Amino acid sequence: MLADVPWALEAVLKAAAVLAAFLTLPLALGQLEHKLMGHMQGRLGPMEAGPHGVLQLVADGIKFAQKEDVTPAAADRPVFRLAPAVALVPYLVALAAVPLGAAWVAVDVPASLLLVLAVTSVGVIGTLMAGWGSGNKYALLGGLRAGAQLVSYELPLILAAASVALAAGTLSLTGIVGQWSWWWLLWQAPAAVVFLAASVAELQRTPFDAPVADAELVFGPLTEYTGLRFAFFLLAEYAGMVVMALLFTVLFLGGWRGPWADAGAGVVGVLWTLLKATGVGALFLWLRVAWPRVREDQLQRLAWLVLLPVALLQLAVTGVGVVVWG
Amino acid sequence: MSGLDVLFVAVGLVTAGAAALSVTSRQVLHAALWLVVALGGLAGCYLVLGAELVALVQLLVYVGAVVVLVLFALMLTRAGGVPVVTGVPQRVAAALVGAGTTVLLGGALLSAFGWGRVPIDGGGSTEVAATIFGTDVWPFELLSALLLMALVAAVAVARAPVGGQDDPSQRPDPPADVEAVQGERP
Repeated sequence: MLADVPWALEAVLKAAAVLAAFLTLPLALGQLEHKLMGHMQGRLGPMEAGPHGVLQLVADGIKFAQKEDVTPAAADRPVFRLAPAVALVPYLVALAAVPLGAAWVAVDVPASLLLVLAVTSVGVIGTLMAGWGSGNKYALLGGLRAGAQLVSYELPLILAAASVALAAGTLSLTGIVGQWSWWWLLWQAPAAVVFLAASVAELQRTPFDAPVADAELVFGPLTEYTGLRFAFFLLAEYAGMVVMALLFTVLFLGGWRGPWADAGAGVVGVLWTLLKATGVGALFLWLRVAWPRVREDQLQRLAWLVLLPVALLQLAVTGVGVVVWG
Repeated sequence: MSGLDVLFVAVGLVTAGAAALSVTSRQVLHAALWLVVALGGLAGCYLVLGAELVALVQLLVYVGAVVVLVLFALMLTRAGGVPVVTGVPQRVAAALVGAGTTVLLGGALLSAFGWGRVPIDGGGSTEVAATIFGTDVWPFELLSALLLMALVAAVAVARAPVGGQDDPSQRPDPPADVEAVQGERP
């Protein structure tokens, strides 16, 4: 696509494109959440800012930028102030490695699946830093819950992703989509369910939002944050949803492959990826509307007694399948 | 010096600096966060040396899981905010152990490779996998058995009654026998 451009210009263009996607896709998903939740609950959602409230999140952003940036007296200042950046930047790196189409990827490294999983696992340290650095017991409790939850759900997430990588015989995300065929929808279905549940837990979204349970812990690790730093945490959450939805699409739904054999290349393929990822993102939002919060012990029980055995079983099934048919 | 050399020196300096700050920091939580920087810098070193897979696994396992566990334990014990004061003999002993390990490792590397230049060949995922699951499969499996034993032993130690035997006087106090009451008392 960019073969005749000097590499420095290509790098700048790709970085700008990734940054633009990083700043617009989470907003689009947030807007979708406002409207979808509204209509599912018999409301209209935001209607004032722009036609049908499409500028609501822009207005929210302006509001956040105007607010005072407060650092509590009891806070550990450097840790408190650095935490939003630690939470946000990994998802930017991850987005650069997730392909939208066969040629539509900013950085196509050989082990891109591992890269995305590794950098997203760093983002959780931002939450822990916020929980501890705030100098607030509700934030600390939220940080504790986040730590326990993230350590438990990291394992099923990686095992489910490993199953797909094993089936495809490669760690490259573009390679996985190249190997994908429709019957993987059945063969890898348990891994897909495990991955979906674990990614919702990694993102700390309902029903696994015990770390920020607003009825018990005010707002968990984010309690003390105001203004732009709070907005960065929110952006990190929605950017994480975008990354996870795209990753789910690429791993389990065939990425840019359409139902017809020829439609996988070029812009049409990108549209397929975005369509499928929007569906997965809408599923994240639907879970939030439909289900109540899971209690802390139920959450751990689900991770260790259900998701982990299912993921291990799936890995065994995939291994047998690869040996028999591969 | 090529660009890679400069990059390696920069990442190495960051790693060494963060590691030094991690062991000299008086607040345990700050030490853990410097450890994050040091381990991430080590992943960067692997990356510069062309060992992409090792770098990513380093990031995934150490930064993503081990340090998260450390931070979790620190929050649980509330030791994170209390400054740690260690005596001079302990510091000298720690410095001696650190220097000894450095000399040992450096000596082993020097005796293995000498002062000559070695070409950078980190090996791709396939080569690393062939080594782990082919050539070095027995040490690898022995190591996993060792880790499993350590895990089981840790659970056994954590669940064992205090004092070695299950004496009722050693158990933690049972919760007070009070009925849970919701709402206001009549």
